[in-house]
Amino acid sequence: MSHVLLRHRDIPNINRLDVYKKNGGFAAWKKAVTKMQPNEVTGVVKDSGLRGRGGAGFPTGMKWSFIDNKNWPHYVVANADESEPGTFKDREIMEGNPFQFLEGLALGSYAVGANAAYVYLRGEFWELAAFLDEKIAEMEEAGYLGENLFGTEYSLKIYTHLGAGAYICGEETALLESLEGKRGQPRVRPPFPPSYGLYGKPTIINNVETFTNVPAILANGADWYKSMGTMDSAGVKVFSLSGRVRKPGNYELPFGTTFRQLIYEHAGGVQEGRPVKAIMPAGASSSLIVVDDKVLDTPMDYATVRTLGADLGSASVIVLDDTVDIDWVINKTIKFFKHESCGKCTPCREGNYWMKHLTSRIHSGNGSKDDVDLLLNVAKQMQGKCLCALGEFSTMAVVTGIERFPQDFKKAVKA
Amino acid sequence: MTKQVNLTINGKQVTVPDGTLVADAAKMVGIDIPVFCHHPKLEPVGMCRMCLVEIGRPMLDRATGQVIMENGQPKIQFMPKLETACTNRVSEGMVVMTVSDKAKEGQQGTVEFLLTSHPLDCPICDKGGECPLQNLTMQFGPGKSRFIYDEKLHLEKQVPLGELIWLDRERCIQCARCIRFQDEVAGEAVLGFDDRGRNTQIVSLSDPGFDSVFSGNTTDICPVGALTTADFRFGARPWELKAQASICTQCPVGCNTTLNTRREAKAGGDIVVKRVMPRQNEEVNEIWLCDKGRFAYHYAESKKRLARPMVRKEDKLARASWDAATRFAAENFVANKKDFVVLASGRLANEDLFNLKSLADHADGTAILYSDMGGGDLTQLVGVGAGTNIGKMGAGDAILVVASDLYEEAPIWWLRVKQAADRGATLIVANPRETKLDKFAKFTIRYAYGDEVKTVNDFSKKSKIADEFAKARNAIVFYGSEGLGLNGSSTLASACATLLKETNHVGRPNNGLVGVWQRANDQGAWEVGFRPVPDLEKALKGKAVYIVGADPVGDDPNLAKALKGAKFVAVQDVLETATTEIADVVFPAQVYTEREGTYISGERRVQRFYAAVPPKGDSKPDFAITSQVAKQMGVILEGSSASVVFDILANSIDGMADLSYEKLAEVYGQWPIVGRGDLYYGGTTYENTQGLGMQLLPMAQAGGTVRIPKVRKEAALRPKEKELIAVPVNKLYDRGVTINPAQLLGERVGEATVALHPSTAKKLGLEAGAHIKISFDGVSGEAVLKMDDTISTGVALVPRSMGIAIREPVAARVQAQAASGKVK
Amino acid sequence: MSLEKTHPKEVKQILSKYPLEHKRSAVMPLLYLAQREEGFITKSAMQDIAQMLEMTETEVASIVGFYTLYHDEKAGKYRMQVCTDLPCALRGADEFLNNLCGNLGIKVGETTPDGLVTLEAVMCLAACDKAPMFQTQGPDGIKYHELMTVDRTMELIDALKQAEEK
Ligand SMILES: Cc1cc2nc3c(=O)[nH]c(=O)nc-3n(C[C@H](O)[C@H](O)[C@H](O)COP(=O)(O)O)c2cc1C
Ligand code: SF4
Ligand code: FES
Repeated sequence: MSHVLLRHRDIPNINRLDVYKKNGGFAAWKKAVTKMQPNEVTGVVKDSGLRGRGGAGFPTGMKWSFIDNKNWPHYVVANADESEPGTFKDREIMEGNPFQFLEGLALGSYAVGANAAYVYLRGEFWELAAFLDEKIAEMEEAGYLGENLFGTEYSLKIYTHLGAGAYICGEETALLESLEGKRGQPRVRPPFPPSYGLYGKPTIINNVETFTNVPAILANGADWYKSMGTMDSAGVKVFSLSGRVRKPGNYELPFGTTFRQLIYEHAGGVQEGRPVKAIMPAGASSSLIVVDDKVLDTPMDYATVRTLGADLGSASVIVLDDTVDIDWVINKTIKFFKHESCGKCTPCREGNYWMKHLTSRIHSGNGSKDDVDLLLNVAKQMQGKCLCALGEFSTMAVVTGIERFPQDFKKAVKA
Repeated sequence: MTKQVNLTINGKQVTVPDGTLVADAAKMVGIDIPVFCHHPKLEPVGMCRMCLVEIGRPMLDRATGQVIMENGQPKIQFMPKLETACTNRVSEGMVVMTVSDKAKEGQQGTVEFLLTSHPLDCPICDKGGECPLQNLTMQFGPGKSRFIYDEKLHLEKQVPLGELIWLDRERCIQCARCIRFQDEVAGEAVLGFDDRGRNTQIVSLSDPGFDSVFSGNTTDICPVGALTTADFRFGARPWELKAQASICTQCPVGCNTTLNTRREAKAGGDIVVKRVMPRQNEEVNEIWLCDKGRFAYHYAESKKRLARPMVRKEDKLARASWDAATRFAAENFVANKKDFVVLASGRLANEDLFNLKSLADHADGTAILYSDMGGGDLTQLVGVGAGTNIGKMGAGDAILVVASDLYEEAPIWWLRVKQAADRGATLIVANPRETKLDKFAKFTIRYAYGDEVKTVNDFSKKSKIADEFAKARNAIVFYGSEGLGLNGSSTLASACATLLKETNHVGRPNNGLVGVWQRANDQGAWEVGFRPVPDLEKALKGKAVYIVGADPVGDDPNLAKALKGAKFVAVQDVLETATTEIADVVFPAQVYTEREGTYISGERRVQRFYAAVPPKGDSKPDFAITSQVAKQMGVILEGSSASVVFDILANSIDGMADLSYEKLAEVYGQWPIVGRGDLYYGGTTYENTQGLGMQLLPMAQAGGTVRIPKVRKEAALRPKEKELIAVPVNKLYDRGVTINPAQLLGERVGEATVALHPSTAKKLGLEAGAHIKISFDGVSGEAVLKMDDTISTGVALVPRSMGIAIREPVAARVQAQAASGKVK
Repeated sequence: MSLEKTHPKEVKQILSKYPLEHKRSAVMPLLYLAQREEGFITKSAMQDIAQMLEMTETEVASIVGFYTLYHDEKAGKYRMQVCTDLPCALRGADEFLNNLCGNLGIKVGETTPDGLVTLEAVMCLAACDKAPMFQTQGPDGIKYHELMTVDRTMELIDALKQAEEK
């Protein structure tokens, strides 16, 4: 099957404007601007069942329809912060198939009447930002961006903006703060960005992969898109597979593909042929799933993965084999979250600091059973109380790790 | 009126205005939801997570939009997670539970998290006893922490953020109240967070550190002992302190204060003022105070305090009894009956000024106000209407500030005007140079010194600015004396009054004229009938002068000369000054902390202050001294009770008949609620229990006729070749008598500076930082040269009260001064 | 010297990205520009940027402090930032970093004696399938180096050293 998103794997040089155009590029863009009303574009996206690929899986068309049309100007922002440990799909999309992403971003902008769009890239994507700047310039040159597009009233500019090393800036309101030149700390919600976003103006924020789907949806129709994937989760998804597999990497597959298919058919199985012990389907923020045959045969879509006590999130599947100790895993994840906690709210700031002491002590063999109980308790005390989801994320592996892999902790602590 | 919303909090039915935050709604009905980051004067941020409560809302039927009923009651849907009371606004039918098990568990969790990093050094902490964290831990915290003490993060405990404010990094709970105050309220973002996560710390990189005249306020709203003032830290424990209501005497705003006092061994067992705290008055200073008001009180403890009456004998001042001293003065005043002059300043209370004026009237003398600003008669006519509250001005209203640098002259007005602009009021700043208010103004008008009246008159012509001012629902004009003397400021006041009258902005609350006076009670002096005179030298020469609360000799060599030729000089003051040195008799007066009285603010609010500490030596209140002098002259004036003097005053002045000390002591409920046992909510600002004062009705509001004297055009000053026009400007931290002895602010006072436009300086061959000599009108002074490219060429800005005597624009020469180290 | 003087074109281009009344948005790109000169952001650069964007110096410093890619202290000319986060660690990143330390004779956080390389351990860099990997942050910006071995890393350092000597 050919790719919908990772088309550079099928078509060499699709990151060149002429090649992209020859392969149907910008047809949807031109059609939308010249022949469609903005809300028609939103309508098609709504019908396609596309859900956000940044983690929360929120229906994209519905989000676009929330834009506040009483307050102008509007902005659109592409979330290219990609900082969740285990996630590396957006980078490949932007490097390999940049025009499709930019076209999708442009279509989103048209749909909500924005004349300026920003691509917020994590600071490490320094070279990628320069590359995108070139691609944007080429589009301007070719008349796909700029003033009075295709002879209409509509104008659009796209700008890149680099973050500077802060996972929290992937959270949409922290991202907006950062884009406004402030510390990247989340805002209280509501109000949500479609009514109060960048510079206080209505703003739509979507993930890079989400936008990249849109040109294909407009070109082939909502029904075509819905024909892929499952009832709950339409279409295709780029799964970032990492950890103890033979061939880690990105795999674009329809929703509903099972874990077993992903790991064994596509990625060649586990290193050294060992059994899978646990899976984290959504990166470091993930709950730990205890793996057995039934789990391996579970189809991956948002609803079904939830039945395993975890979220699919951004589908950053980390595979842990039987050589991996879970106390080591949570020590790693907590190290990450302690480092990335923005410090704005108390439970996350203090809780992660506290949890780091506990996980280090336990992992280093100096902990006691009481420490494990306390760790679990501290994590639960944080749950449901933080200002943004990062605090919540930080507790997931801890709680599920201790509850689902008690033997690993029994082994780790002093008798 | 805003819509009212009904909700239930802890089973109690509550009705509050729409838009109220749940935390505030609870507070209004006496239910305390614990908060740390939330402060009713700041935007909600929901970051500390202390205020977690359960919130339920009526369920709506999707199809009909109707509330679903269950057993005759609306069906309530609770959110699965706890919510922050400080960010959620009330809605009809909402049900809030603040003390349910779930809510309590959430609140306890937050306290426990906060304490993991907190040093728990309450016994040595300045905030101990009035600390929200301490109180909330007792009330809402878990019994004990499960965190291992050794694993606590240790941080620096004594970090100066500037010379006025200290930070204890360990105690900080990252609520950002201080940062948000500086950014949102003060508009000076000189505090910030460094780093992130658990390493988040407060920093200030400004030069000087914490460069804001509002810095002290952060120590009031800091909910822990992280921020303390250099003045008070380790000074006393809050529970040892007594509190007495007072009024700040540093500028015409009239901020309400509370003086905290304690007996002190260091002071020989005397009761002394340990700190000045804001006292809530939402119409005056809300809950804020500027640093001058907070820290400059120490002058009362100066070694130069006068304690005994003195009489000149064989060219030396020698101690005398009150009786002998007053008799000596009285005899001389009577002997020089035709030449009797009373010179008094707006530093005095109304009672003092009233007795002085009465004495002058009875003895056929002249009462002169020691001031070089005019227009107080106009503020009586078209001053702001009673009921004025700048804190309520916003979109649709306009404020014009002309010839005044409010930041330097009346900081709390600056703050409130800035906030009115934040709320959408049209702010117009007209000044010859850039000031800190410009940034918040919708329009800035830059005119040349000397053109202020023309600038205001131009409002009668059609222009966008004039239009917006004329059409504003409410409009206030603040006028000052930047670059102006008595004449200039009087004509400016007329022009402003005319503008207000013509645009129909008089006689109502939030409309009218405000004088940005140089002294706290200048307005009061005008009200009791004191007036400045155009030629003070002439008025003093060869007279028998009774100088009260003023230091003309120290201020101006020309006045010194004039007084040398006086027949007799009696001086009544609180400190030794250059004028007491030449006096024939000296009367020691009490400072305002030692007695009671009233002042009238620039907004014409009459406010009471009370005695907080015992008087120094044999000093007496000014009105009592005057009464004693009067008695010796055969004039009977009340001298024993300030309130009786006030009653007489009130009865003899139009529009004040209703006023009395009782009336001025009245209070009514204010929002936000501060004080109380639960100090965490509004900070340590004092609740106002001793009087909110009363605003006087201007003539325009009282229904009298308002005739504004015609604006006279003055001849422009024509400097000769090589001369500049020197103009006076006002500075907050100057060397005025009351601030100079206040050690703490010494660094901020700095050196005298004279500012020139760079091209003017170049012409004179001078560079920034050069030591210069400026001379005019027979006087000269030294200063450091500063550049200001926002002023016009050919002028020199000379700060008042910085050692160079300047009362009005004059032609001056500026030249380099041989470098002689620090300029004094 | 002000960035407006030293890099007028870049500054203008950066400012053009954001609405005039929100020029504060330019603080991050301008900080990168300032950092290019010295490898860290000097106090005077912060003052300069603050003035350009009508912010206070404290506000600018507060941003420098928040984001890990800005530095306010001098380090090696290149910062070699090895990802040791969970996915990379599952593929030998910790071991790789350890060996690298041994080879360079420095600990994590330290700089080689010639001042060329500072070795750091960092969080996920979105290259989890290409571990071991690191990025170099230096005068020419940020570059990724993926599927690395200690030998290849030493070669890279040699190349940097040679370029330096030239
Ligand atoms: C801590 C945190 C980090 C996040 N990081 C990212 C990210 O790197 N990329 C992303 O697209 N979304 C991220 N998100 C999700 C965004 O907040 C937001 O939901 C998403 O960009 C919306 O786009 P979508 O609807 O297309 O998924 C993050 C959320 C949180 C709470
Ligand atoms: S949960 Fe963590 S990251 Fe989110 S606001 Fe709170 S401190 Fe910041
Ligand atoms: S979160 Fe509500 S008071 Fe801090």
